Amino acid sequence: MKFTLSWLKDHLETDATLDEIVDKLTMIGLEVEEVDDKAALKPFVIARVLSAEKHPDADKLKVLSVDTGDGKPIQVVCGAPNARAGLVGAFAAPGTYVPGIDVTLSVGRIRGVESHGMMCSERELQLSDEHDGIIDLPEDAPVGTAFAAYATLDDPVIEIGLTPNRPDATGVHGIARDLAAAGLGTLKSGAVEPVAGEGECPARLTIEAPDLCPGFALRLVRGVKNGLSPKWMQQRLIAIGLRPINALVDITNYITFDRGRPLHVFDAAKVKGNLTVRRAGAGEKVLALDENEYELTDEMCVIADDNGVESIAGIMGGEHSGCDEATTDVLVESALWDPSNVASTGRELGIITDARYRFERGADPEFMVPGLELATRMVLDLCGGAPSETQIVLGTPTSTEGEIVGKTGHHYKEVDFPISETRRLTGLDVGRDESIAILTRLGFEPKGDAKGDTVRFVVPSWRPDIDGKADLVEEVMRIHGVEKIASAPLVSHDAVGETILTTLQKRTRAARRALAVRGMMEAVTWSFIPAKHAELFGGGKPELKLSNPIAADMSDMRPSLLPGLLAAAQRNADRGFADTALFEVSGTYEGDRPEDQRRVAAGVRRGTAGLAGSGRDWAGNAGPVGVFDAKADALAALEACGAPVDKLMIEAGGPDWYHPDRSGTIKLGPKVVLATFGEFHPRTLEALDVTGQLAGFEVFIDAVPEPKAKATRTKPRLDLSPFQAVRRDFAFVVDRTVEAGRLMRAAAGADKKLIAGVSVFDVFEGAALGEDKKSIAIEVQIQPLEKTLTDDDFEALAAKIVENVKKQTGGMLRG
Amino acid sequence: MSKAVTEQMTDLKTLETTLLAEIAAAGDEASLEAVRVAALGKKGSVSERLKMLGSMSPDERQVMGPAINGLKNRVGEALAARKAELRDAAIAARLAAEAVDVTLPVRQSPAERGRIHPISQVIDEIAAIFGDLGFAIAEGPDIETDHYNFTALNFPEGHPAREMHDTFFFPPDANGERKVLRTHTSPVQIRTMEAQKPPIRIVIPGKTYRQDSDATHSPMFHQLEGLVIDRTANVANMKWVLEEFCKAFFEVPSVNMRFRPSYFPFTEPSLEVDIQCDRSRPGEVRFGEGNDWMEILGCGMVHPNVLRYGGLDPDEYQGFAWGMGIDRIATLKYGMPDLRDYFNADIRWLQHYGFRPLDMPTLFGGLST
Repeated sequence: MKFTLSWLKDHLETDATLDEIVDKLTMIGLEVEEVDDKAALKPFVIARVLSAEKHPDADKLKVLSVDTGDGKPIQVVCGAPNARAGLVGAFAAPGTYVPGIDVTLSVGRIRGVESHGMMCSERELQLSDEHDGIIDLPEDAPVGTAFAAYATLDDPVIEIGLTPNRPDATGVHGIARDLAAAGLGTLKSGAVEPVAGEGECPARLTIEAPDLCPGFALRLVRGVKNGLSPKWMQQRLIAIGLRPINALVDITNYITFDRGRPLHVFDAAKVKGNLTVRRAGAGEKVLALDENEYELTDEMCVIADDNGVESIAGIMGGEHSGCDEATTDVLVESALWDPSNVASTGRELGIITDARYRFERGADPEFMVPGLELATRMVLDLCGGAPSETQIVLGTPTSTEGEIVGKTGHHYKEVDFPISETRRLTGLDVGRDESIAILTRLGFEPKGDAKGDTVRFVVPSWRPDIDGKADLVEEVMRIHGVEKIASAPLVSHDAVGETILTTLQKRTRAARRALAVRGMMEAVTWSFIPAKHAELFGGGKPELKLSNPIAADMSDMRPSLLPGLLAAAQRNADRGFADTALFEVSGTYEGDRPEDQRRVAAGVRRGTAGLAGSGRDWAGNAGPVGVFDAKADALAALEACGAPVDKLMIEAGGPDWYHPDRSGTIKLGPKVVLATFGEFHPRTLEALDVTGQLAGFEVFIDAVPEPKAKATRTKPRLDLSPFQAVRRDFAFVVDRTVEAGRLMRAAAGADKKLIAGVSVFDVFEGAALGEDKKSIAIEVQIQPLEKTLTDDDFEALAAKIVENVKKQTGGMLRG
Repeated sequence: MSKAVTEQMTDLKTLETTLLAEIAAAGDEASLEAVRVAALGKKGSVSERLKMLGSMSPDERQVMGPAINGLKNRVGEALAARKAELRDAAIAARLAAEAVDVTLPVRQSPAERGRIHPISQVIDEIAAIFGDLGFAIAEGPDIETDHYNFTALNFPEGHPAREMHDTFFFPPDANGERKVLRTHTSPVQIRTMEAQKPPIRIVIPGKTYRQDSDATHSPMFHQLEGLVIDRTANVANMKWVLEEFCKAFFEVPSVNMRFRPSYFPFTEPSLEVDIQCDRSRPGEVRFGEGNDWMEILGCGMVHPNVLRYGGLDPDEYQGFAWGMGIDRIATLKYGMPDLRDYFNADIRWLQHYGFRPLDMPTLFGGLST
């Protein structure tokens, strides 16, 4: 919402400075976004051309002698065809910044003749596109004074960012009301005198969509002379960014901004028959004033005549019945429209207009008729003519109660306001008298003579946003002054926090740090990915496809973090960084219910970016990453999350997107999948358009069971055996399909007390072992607990290990 | 002195000269040992001469005894000294052979190579501050119903405020209802009120989505919501909490904050908050000084309708809520120039703007280092 300072002062009697007004507007909730104080025009002064001689060396240039008011004629070289002795125009001295040509003037020499400044065109001052000649002012323009002030171009323009709850501040009068309430002056009366008319309005109006049109006022003015609107009106419209068109149209725009009351004018000669407010027919078309043709739906409200649609209700008029210079009889409309219907129609058609802006916020119903009277008065003043009587038609009155106030059927809301509510909600103590005074200045009327804490207020018709006492607290607070609220500590006795983080939150943090400590960089990638990527990773469900994605390749909610990370690794590779280790801990989506959102930690290593580091090194080059890097990452993340690492089962193979023989699944029991890991299927990488050596994992943090509640934090007692720990090596020949994990479990199971650990130190296959055989060499760590073991004891233990391995895996001890 | 004695003395002298020369010439411990055995061994030259003392006259013995024993001692000392010399030389030679170029680089520790994304780090900073103020951290789903994202937050159907949100929609379900990507973290207010009785003190960090993209708007971004509900919490308390947070977060002794009235459907009264800062240095913002006001958050008293939607009586309970952009406050504190880089996973950006894995924000250790 834009307006100028002089426009504001039409409605507000005030001595306040521009700065005071701007500060106050912001502090009462009408945030000033921009102030143009027209400082750029200040250096230009009015000057008279004393003489104009032909330039000695250029046919099209003239050498002017210019009087700028200080008595010393100044020499200026000028190329304008209208430069002549006696012309009064706008002069810029050397050192002046000329906005239209983006140049700061200096004393110049043009074809050998010195020039000490410039006589400017309108375009050079950015007043218009006019550049055929220099500005030509009336003879009596005061030479030596500021041009901007003379031309009334120094009126500062203020733009406020209006919140959607304040339709009353879509007009200058409403803004003035707020400032007056806040003590910055006195509000001038906005009362409108009715204009008497003669005879019935000949175009009869019917409302067929009463739910969308609560009221409609219409009158005809005959015999108008439509031309340009007066300069003061044009200047104000230009100042706020509107293009003056003709007096009739300008009047409607002016009142839109002056009072927040949009109007429409029809050229009566172009309207055929009577007017009807109705829903559009599906597919019905209208050529609007913006010269676009719009196809309407049967949810949209229009004003139609025998020709068809003449106006999209509350949004934009039709081109066909618009007013131009030839208009002699004009139908002036002031109507009320259902705000949400205007909003949805505007949104669907993609039309943003000043009328829509106001109607969707809610135009003051009590000003429908006065707005028409004001418009009639201005039409008569500017264009002449004779008005008919006003025709008022009502849709469904919002109330059946009593007299139809202002002939719109508006029912005034009433709110009971406990004066103490302001203190309850804000901590600010505003007295009873002050509270009532503030609300009264804003147009709220106290009702009855309640003596207690609670006062009943009648809500003014221009404040549809006010529903309850909290709304009135805001009014009192913002006008009294938010800055008067002193901060007060939040008392801690009812603090809630027994636990600040949930288990899942703790695990999320732990997984992050654990993976970063392994040399991986945390990425945050988009939650939405290309449909093709989603489908490759088990997604692509219709309920997870956005109806209005920001881009075609950001359409599907991701079923996995891996495609985003793989794409990120590839982007880095394309930039020259082939060895990357990336991870992300975030959400994936299995469906659209809250419980379908998973918490996942995933990572991808590319090239040679293993744990120890990547690339070549004098002490040993890093090898390509593989399934075991991913497995180690997954286990590290699981361990950090508190998963029971000793109970995990590692199964060969993972989901389809992995390499079938270089991937695995980590489970807890037969059903709970905690993680998958592996190298990727070549077809997956090809489909993702990703290349290079890659391995990755996903850990499902939310699948890790909650830890059992513990009564104490004391750790279990540790008995330190005094007997020396020893290690024994065994090598077994097993079938190629036997998993090392099974063999390790078999060995460890031989004596759960004595065997503290089993590790694999060698695996190999060779012809000497026989077809489909392999050798697995393990080291068994033995911790005697009760006595030093004798050779016999060792032999007995070794025999048990060999026996167990043979029984469970078929493995034979290598001779 | 008899002639025999004189001859023997000359012989001893010659022997000593020879032995000392042999000791000095011994190049390693083995040859030195050979010299020792040849001199002091059972049949060594010095030992043989000592044995001869027994057959000498007392007069001869009186002279030759000390002379031969003296020779034995001097040879023994020379042997020991030479042995020590040879050991030192051997160690020196071994050390010299083991020399390396210590300026050769070593691989960086993985814990130094890894990075935590600024968003995660800032969320941890926020958790440290609000945890200390007695707040719990709450979360909610990204895919929301219209009810939680709008209706229960007092956004009337068709209200212009809904349009300000540039919502991402999912296709309508069988009942014609469309899920949305949450446009703010505020739905968690309702979810929390439904799940828990007051007093409530939570902050809600999380992903939010709006259909908007440029240098300062990303279709995905992060918000921090705060909610306090009890029987007395008011605007004055809210000012205090937000001031405490800004001081702690920006790590400055004081901040100037300007609260001005605004509008949000889910709060009444509503306020926007500007923070005083100095932006005169390019690419850098300093808080607690300067003449600029920068908007950092929106807040207000929870709207009575929102309390009702959450199942609470607005005459019994009251409270405040706020929302701010995590990406935005991260940018203000750490200075990333373009919001879009947050989600690009460019390892150069992560390396530069990310945080070392072991830099965990705590109040006692300092939020940032």
